[in-house]
Amino acid sequence: MIWINQIVQGVLLGGYYALIACGLSFMFGVMRIINLAHGDLAVLAAYLVWAIVDHSGMSPFLALALVLPLMGALGWLIQRLMLERSLRSGMLVPLLTTFGLAIVIQNLLFVQFGADSRSLAPAIGDLAFDSWSIGGQIYISHLAGLTFLVALLMLGGLQLLLTRTPLGRSIRAIAEDPDTAELVGINSRAVYAAAAAIAVMTVAVGGTFLGMRATFAPYAGPAQLIFAFEAVVIGGLGSMWGTLIGGIVLGVAQNVGAQIAPNGFLIAGHVVFLGVLGARLASGNTRRRIRALLGRAA
Amino acid sequence: MSADSRFSVQRWTPVSAASVATLVALCVALAFAPLLLGANAIDRLTTLFIYVILATMWNALAGYGGLVSVGQQAFFGIGAYAAIRLSSFGVGVYPALLLGAAFAGLVALVLSPFALRLRGGEFAIGMWVVAELCHLLVNLDHLIQGETGTSLIALNAFAPGARREYNYWLALTSMVALVGLMFSLLRGRLGSSMQAIRDSEEAAASLGVRVLAAKRLLFVVAGAGCGLAGTLYLATEISFQPASYFGVQWTAYMIFMALVGGLGTFEGPIIGALVFFCMESLFGASGVWYLVGLGATAVVFALYLPRGLWGTIEKRFGLRLLPVGYRVNQGKSDADGPARN
Repeated sequence: MIWINQIVQGVLLGGYYALIACGLSFMFGVMRIINLAHGDLAVLAAYLVWAIVDHSGMSPFLALALVLPLMGALGWLIQRLMLERSLRSGMLVPLLTTFGLAIVIQNLLFVQFGADSRSLAPAIGDLAFDSWSIGGQIYISHLAGLTFLVALLMLGGLQLLLTRTPLGRSIRAIAEDPDTAELVGINSRAVYAAAAAIAVMTVAVGGTFLGMRATFAPYAGPAQLIFAFEAVVIGGLGSMWGTLIGGIVLGVAQNVGAQIAPNGFLIAGHVVFLGVLGARLASGNTRRRIRALLGRAA
Repeated sequence: MSADSRFSVQRWTPVSAASVATLVALCVALAFAPLLLGANAIDRLTTLFIYVILATMWNALAGYGGLVSVGQQAFFGIGAYAAIRLSSFGVGVYPALLLGAAFAGLVALVLSPFALRLRGGEFAIGMWVVAELCHLLVNLDHLIQGETGTSLIALNAFAPGARREYNYWLALTSMVALVGLMFSLLRGRLGSSMQAIRDSEEAAASLGVRVLAAKRLLFVVAGAGCGLAGTLYLATEISFQPASYFGVQWTAYMIFMALVGGLGTFEGPIIGALVFFCMESLFGASGVWYLVGLGATAVVFALYLPRGLWGTIEKRFGLRLLPVGYRVNQGKSDADGPARN
């Protein structure tokens, strides 16, 4: 029973990972870049929500509604001032600039908020600890259920945005072939900036849930980035529903790992991630080799 | 009628020959520094040598190999850990430092078939995950006692003064050896291969460049180099706390040094290490704001001065102090006939 419980909790944890990862997945799908400040933006959003809640006593969900446009604007600015310029100089420069940005955000958060861990849990009352029993000693916390639901809505929303809206069509056109997209009248600068704004807004939602389910501190960002990236890669880069599956695989691996050994949580997650990556490389190789063999035979 | 006669390929210029001679003389002079300088200065210089090693290794990977790794701290930590483990088995403490670095190189070799097939961001964060995993696995060793860490106790057999001088000389020798090794590698076949790969991997492969072998050599040397930097750092610090050796801040420093000095130039990271060393000496005490400044400087350089300090100077003045490349000059035969084209 304890194993079933670990798997159920792992699936729910996967919902959180999918939530924190969907912005990363979206941005990679559109711009082919990985934002190394992703986790730090999530922590920044969590601090902003916390500051508003601490100041005014309003609900974190209401505070998130205030923070969302701010984070959207920040995403737009990051795209316009940093990524746009760095994308022109090849694939390596965005990695370097976003890594620099990550260090700036972490340390500014430390300057502003100090080393203490914060949490939004005290501000959400019963939601922090209530749970449903689904029989056999297995409980699903209301918050974990809500997180999973929000993850589904966000992934579904992003998927709909990509497939059903004019903006989504432009985004897909640019992802496919930026030059041709420009030729048919798509303003790629504006579309990229809009996509970055949307991605950073999803990060704000992820950061708020991070704050409600656990504690966070100024240097908590890199760990969130790694989890998000692992979920995205396990599920297949650039695929929205793949990210959900990736998150679930990661969450289950971590919880099962924790059940096996006290420090198994992180180790199991990393091992599964590297295993999936390795298996994908190996299967790509085998496929190539088979194709080469068939080519020679023909 | 060969067009070649109008051009001559030059590798050494008088300036570069003079600058290499000056550098060699400087290194020889540095070897005598412990006789003249105080304890504090010797410690600081040892740190500078470690920074030069780290910057050169990271630049070789990213600037020449196009491999941006956010996980080079893996090798830094593994080198130090291996040295502690070997020392606990009874290996002499200074041989253990060198063997620890060799072990880091071995780990790089084992990882290379996997790591080098990853692309761009996948490689960057994949290496980061590798570093995190190494950190967690090292914590499992009872000798290390988790995050509490342990010390390289065997070093206490040496008096502090003697230890300081040994560390200094070891760091100086290591720096000269590694920078020299990288220089000769990048001047030779590997340098041409890496430049071809950096410009277009497919085109290079079609011309017969053995892409994976070239990258592997670079990755293994960089792994061993970062491992040696880690063991040297251990020799100066004595204590080993996993979090401070496997911390991503080491990669942040490497990125800063290579970017500011000039990514993809040979001289750049050495200058970047000097700049970083000076900034740390001047502002390191201001703590967090210093780190904010480092991050912001890296962003500004990446965006507005992607060639870095040295790359900009090199381009403007055509200056090459440590010539790893080729220089094509128009020869005298220019005047002999009418110019074609």
